[in-house]
Amino acid sequence: MTGNRFSNHSYSARNVWSGVLFGIGLMALIDEIIFHQLLQWHHFYDDSTTQVGIFSDGILNAFALFAVVGGLFMYADLRRKHTVHMLKWIASVLIGTGSFQLFDGLINHKLLRIHQVRYTVEILPYDLAWNTAGFILLTSGILLLIKSKHRQAEE
Amino acid sequence: MHAHAMAPVNFAVFETIILLLGAGALLLYPSAIFLSNKKHRKWPYSRYIFWFSGISAATAALTGPLFEMSHENFTAHMAGHLLLGMLAPLLLVFSKPMTLLMRTLNVSAARRLSRVLNSRYGQFISNPLIASVLNIGGLYLIYKTDLFTMMHSSLWLFALVHLHVLLAGYLFTISVVYIDLTPHRYSFMYRSVILILALGFHKILSKLIYAEPPQSVSRQEGETGALLMYYGGDLIDFCLIIILCHQWYRASATKRDRSSQSYHIS
Repeated sequence: MTGNRFSNHSYSARNVWSGVLFGIGLMALIDEIIFHQLLQWHHFYDDSTTQVGIFSDGILNAFALFAVVGGLFMYADLRRKHTVHMLKWIASVLIGTGSFQLFDGLINHKLLRIHQVRYTVEILPYDLAWNTAGFILLTSGILLLIKSKHRQAEE
Repeated sequence: MHAHAMAPVNFAVFETIILLLGAGALLLYPSAIFLSNKKHRKWPYSRYIFWFSGISAATAALTGPLFEMSHENFTAHMAGHLLLGMLAPLLLVFSKPMTLLMRTLNVSAARRLSRVLNSRYGQFISNPLIASVLNIGGLYLIYKTDLFTMMHSSLWLFALVHLHVLLAGYLFTISVVYIDLTPHRYSFMYRSVILILALGFHKILSKLIYAEPPQSVSRQEGETGALLMYYGGDLIDFCLIIILCHQWYRASATKRDRSSQSYHIS
């Protein structure tokens, strides 16, 4: 743990920003590398894809690519200034990954129908597993963040 | 592509001119180094590697085997566009051509050039938003109108479109990352937002091409070409993102060390 007396309010917020951005980008990378490329469950495009879906997916993925790099450079900046609060950062990464996963599972897959988790199978168990995983990541991130706030208050 | 078969265009002259321009560019840069080294600090020869690779990438897109293939094959066409509109500009900007030009010109010519750069027009097109619209908007015109089919039956139109792809790609690159001489500067936040939007619209266009390729392109060719555009664009924009974030990282250290706010330009 490198969290210490130097950390003040603005650095505390930066820890959260850095973690959340990195988390969003990380989950987008996992989505792209594992589900699009390796397993090839996700399709690049399917005929149910809406125009709004193409639009929002393009912007979201561009943002996620920026986020993974920007989040890490912010982390490097925090380290350089000795203001990393590791527990808070990890909690924020979990929040980032969980919210991306849930957004992807609910908005992208179901509402905008950009593509499904997998094709030519019964989709319901896959959707349930996908969104439950997202929910667990998000809630554990939030719980951990609350814990880190308590710990910081005690210091 | 049947458009090409219908109206055969002789590209031999075009390729010869491109080769001459490329060779000229490869010679001009070291000549400028030679001339300016007499008055100024030694120019690092390593920058010639970037100039050489950038000019080679642009030339490879417009001459030789890849160019031959690109008339019939949409994926080869897309590979050429990645080289010309994205990779070549990124490589060229690292050779800092504007800085080299400024120190090579005599004082009055350099002053005139800087007046052009500082003009309202120069300021307007180097705004990242305007540069992105020129760059990505131009691509929408090529692939989402009949321009793609038309440019394959007119040599002038073809040359003009490809000149635009290179220039707009270069303008976009220098408007987002400040490596060369940059008169008008914008905040990291603004450039980041614009870069995300430009990359986003590049991805959107790739998917639109995947769903509905230009008229003269078959569905299957359109799909592979669009995938190359999507992931190739990702790769080069990933480099731009890393450069931009690294510049932010260096600049934010400067803020801590000195009380004044300044940017590192080396």
